Amino acid sequence: MTESVISAPVFGQRDPDERGYFGAYGGRYVPETLVAPIGALEIAYLEARRDPTFGRDLHRLLTTYVGRPTPLAPAERLSAAVGGAQILLKREDLAHTGAHKINNALGQALLAARMGKRRIVAETGAGQHGVATATACALLGLDCDVYMGADDMARQALNVVRMQLLGASVRRVEGGSRTLKDAVNEAMRDWVTNVTDTYYLLGSVLGPHPYPLMVREFQSVIGREARAQAIEAGGVPDVVVACVGGGSNALGIFDGFVDDAAVRLVGVEAGGEAIVPGRHAARFAGGTMGVLQGTRSYVLQDAHGNIEPTHSVSAGLDYAAIGPEHAWMRDLGRAEYTWVTDDQALHAFHELCRREGIMPALESAHAVAHAMTLAGTLEGSARILVNLSGRGDKDVDSVAARLDDSSAAGGGA
Amino acid sequence: MSRLDEAFGQIRSEKRTGLVTYVTAGDPDLVRTRSILRTLDEAGADVLEVGVPFSDPLADGPVIQRASERARAGGTTLAATLEMIGGARGELRAPVVVFSYANPILAMGSQTFAARASDAGVDGVLALDLPIEEAGDFRATMLDAGLDPIFLLSPTTSDARIKRAAELGRGFLYGISRLGVTGARTELADGAERMAARIRAQTQMPLALGFGVSTAEHVAAIGRWADAAVVGSALVSVIEKAAGDATLESALAAYVQELTSGHGSARYAEGRVDETRRLERHHGVRATDGRE
Repeated sequence: MTESVISAPVFGQRDPDERGYFGAYGGRYVPETLVAPIGALEIAYLEARRDPTFGRDLHRLLTTYVGRPTPLAPAERLSAAVGGAQILLKREDLAHTGAHKINNALGQALLAARMGKRRIVAETGAGQHGVATATACALLGLDCDVYMGADDMARQALNVVRMQLLGASVRRVEGGSRTLKDAVNEAMRDWVTNVTDTYYLLGSVLGPHPYPLMVREFQSVIGREARAQAIEAGGVPDVVVACVGGGSNALGIFDGFVDDAAVRLVGVEAGGEAIVPGRHAARFAGGTMGVLQGTRSYVLQDAHGNIEPTHSVSAGLDYAAIGPEHAWMRDLGRAEYTWVTDDQALHAFHELCRREGIMPALESAHAVAHAMTLAGTLEGSARILVNLSGRGDKDVDSVAARLDDSSAAGGGA
Repeated sequence: MSRLDEAFGQIRSEKRTGLVTYVTAGDPDLVRTRSILRTLDEAGADVLEVGVPFSDPLADGPVIQRASERARAGGTTLAATLEMIGGARGELRAPVVVFSYANPILAMGSQTFAARASDAGVDGVLALDLPIEEAGDFRATMLDAGLDPIFLLSPTTSDARIKRAAELGRGFLYGISRLGVTGARTELADGAERMAARIRAQTQMPLALGFGVSTAEHVAAIGRWADAAVVGSALVSVIEKAAGDATLESALAAYVQELTSGHGSARYAEGRVDETRRLERHHGVRATDGRE
């Protein structure tokens, strides 16, 4: 009973300025039609988070429905095999629906219901946010339309079926690069058209203010739990590592440790095949300041301000902009960012499967891969906490296809 | 007095409905866009909006999305668009408004953009995803360069914001007459009249209403509530269907003349003579529309 206290929501600890800026990043770059609805959303959110009833309702769902707190445990065989520091895993993959996305989806769905909106639209890349949103809508009796890029529908087919089984309509997006960015465009077009009765449930710390704040606050339960659990197990870790697409799982876990100055916070972007335009999604490695889909942050773009295509083996990291608060944390020197390649992530995926019996999402495998590299450079007494943000069932087909490719290549040699 | 002020002053003094046309730069290519702008100008467009193609046009419907993709496939950029306008300016009577998403302008740098746009003879700038709250520095930079910053108003815009947009904007206000993305419709939004009345209650600044306008009847109806109608997707559809064919310009000219004919307008009877005179005065030709 008392254990679930650590899963209670906490709001208002680290707000951006009143215009939604974290330093030079964030803001509200939206067409005029969305200005008033986003203003109304901000007011509704600020009211909700002051209301103890809202916090209690969310807390109840997080414990009795999501199954929080999720465990934190050492990856003993993996750590032994890698050598050096001990690797700890925060098991968001064990949350209901199999990823951290449900924390935010439930928070926002409760807010939507409170605002009297009966229809939800959402975008999804890997499908985890779509599944989480469809789940929250099923639970609360809301209509749900999820936009998904055609390429992502092909590579995350399992999640498409899951969303449909949960009663959501999955809307295929054929425009642009047919991935997450294009799904966001289409979801925003829907919202701008149906804004009076529709709530846009954005899945990461992106988009116009207040989304980056709101999504981080709904995900910060990860960090609060992890800090309490780590202390119980011997103290705060030396390093916290998380993968960064938009960056909601990373900010969620970082938030718990941001005041522990000695704890290094490391975000891991998708290095894809190589840091060459079009072949990766590492915004801090190849991006510049820009405005995409409502927010000002680091963006992968060409010299003319057009958004560049991105690539990652993981659909959830395959996005051209990074959450504005990450850009600010980097400027402040409070968090550091690196990237790992598709191949490194796949290697980590296999290692975690074989040595721990845990099949991670390919997104989360990026964080595991970096933790494995880092462990070897640290003392045996050091501890690295990895946010294992999701489970990998959805990626089995992609990984199997790669296995077929490599064994076919091997056979020909 | 800017060229936009003069254009709307003239529309008002002639007691007719103005026409603001939108086309995407580089659709089908920039050489052709220059010829299209000349055609629209000669056919009677009062303001020429030139859209800058962008990779992520989230406020646009399928027609303008496709135009943007065609233009980008041909390599059209903001810099090339400004260069084209610079070349075309001397051939055009009507003021030119650059219509862009924020990111291409910010990537060029607002100062550089303002200087280049001003050199090219651009009259106004509308940055679609720079609402008033984000447009402070941008607006100042545009004004310094002699460019009119133009703001959008939508059915969700409060009366207080309408007032602010009128204070901060120059040239004209662009009213979106319905919720949603760009695109032609067979019916005008029910709310268009109410919205125009709401804006009129706050300001007498020139007002153009758009989103969904495609017929002479729409233009005429808008003329009862606003200074001008904006036609975008419907024109872009004509360009798309012609697919670079040599008949494109004559099709566009006929369409614009149809839109500005006043046909179906309550003002038609009184405006008809003025209309003919206007065409003669500006183009030195008698309108050859079958109804004349």
